[in-house]
Amino acid sequence: MLLNYQAMDNKLIVKLDGELDHHVAENIRIELDEMIEKKRTKHLIFDLANLQFMDSSGIGVIMGRYKNISKMGGKVAIIEVPEKIDKIFTLSGLYRIVEKYPNITEALDRL
Amino acid sequence: MEYKNHMKLEFDSKSQNEAFARVVVASFAAQLDPTLEEIADIKTAVSEAVTNSIIHGYEDRMGVVKLTCQITNNVLEIVVEDEGKGIDDINRAMEPLFTSKPELERSGMGFTVMETFMDEINVYSEPGKGTSIRMVKKFKSLVAE
Ligand SMILES: Nc1ncnc2c1ncn2[C@@H]1O[C@H](COP(=O)(O)OP(=O)(O)OP(=O)(O)O)[C@@H](O)[C@H]1O
Ligand SMILES: [Mg+2]
Repeated sequence: MLLNYQAMDNKLIVKLDGELDHHVAENIRIELDEMIEKKRTKHLIFDLANLQFMDSSGIGVIMGRYKNISKMGGKVAIIEVPEKIDKIFTLSGLYRIVEKYPNITEALDRL
Repeated sequence: MEYKNHMKLEFDSKSQNEAFARVVVASFAAQLDPTLEEIADIKTAVSEAVTNSIIHGYEDRMGVVKLTCQITNNVLEIVVEDEGKGIDDINRAMEPLFTSKPELERSGMGFTVMETFMDEINVYSEPGKGTSIRMVKKFKSLVAE
C-alpha cells in the first residue's frame, strides 16, 4: 500500500494505491495522522482511483479520520471510487458522513 | 454430471496471511468462471473472516487458521476456522456496527459484509474453543467441464 499526498491551502489530498486491509491499516493510520497534523489539514480528500481492494478495516480507517477532522470543523470527502469498493461504502453507511465526488475538481469546488 | 473439487489450507494467524488467503480463494474460484464482482465479493468476505480470527479469535497471539473450499457444480463453500477465544453471543456479534474492539478503530461491519457479499453464512462458536464461519456463494456461470 502506497500513499501519495498533495496539500492545497487547508486541504489534504491522499491517494491510496494498492490494498487496504487490517495488515496495513495501523501504519496507514499513523502516517495519515502525522501528515494531517503537519499540513495543518482542515478538509481531507481520499482519492481511491488506484485502490485495488478494501475491507471493513478501511471503513475503520476512514471513520477514525472523520472523527478527528469533523471535531475540528473539517470535512472528509472521497473521490474516484471504484465500483467494487463503492458497494462496501454504501453498505457501511459511510456516505452519510463522508461526501462522495466523482473527481478532484468537483471535490475542491465543494469543500 | 456433478462437478466437485476441494482444497484445504492452514496458516499462522499473522496479518500478512490475510492477503494470501483471499488470493488463494480467488484463484481456486477461477474455475467457476466468476465475474469481477463475484471475485471481489469472495475476496472481501474471506478477508473479513480471516481478519476476525486473527484479531478477535487469537487477539494477536499465535495460532492456526484453517481454510477449506468446496466446489459443487457452480456453488463454492468456504470455511474459515480458528481455535481462539470464541464468541459468547453470536446474535449480538452479527449485528451491524457491533464491535468488541472499538479502541482498534474496528467498525463492526465484518459480519454484515460477509452476509451481504455471500449467499449464505453460518457461524459456529464456543467460548474457549474457537469459531468456524461457513459461507456459500452461488456463481452465475455454469460450471466448465
Ligand atoms: N473469530 C472470532 N473469534 C472471536 N470473536 C469473534 C470472531 N469473529 C468475530 N468475533 C466477534 O464478533 C464481533 C463482530 O465482528 P465483525 O467482524 O462484524 O466486527 P469487527 O471485527 O469488530 O469490526 P470490523 O470487521 O468492521 O473491523 C467482533 O468485534 C468480535 O467480538
Ligand atoms: Mg471484523
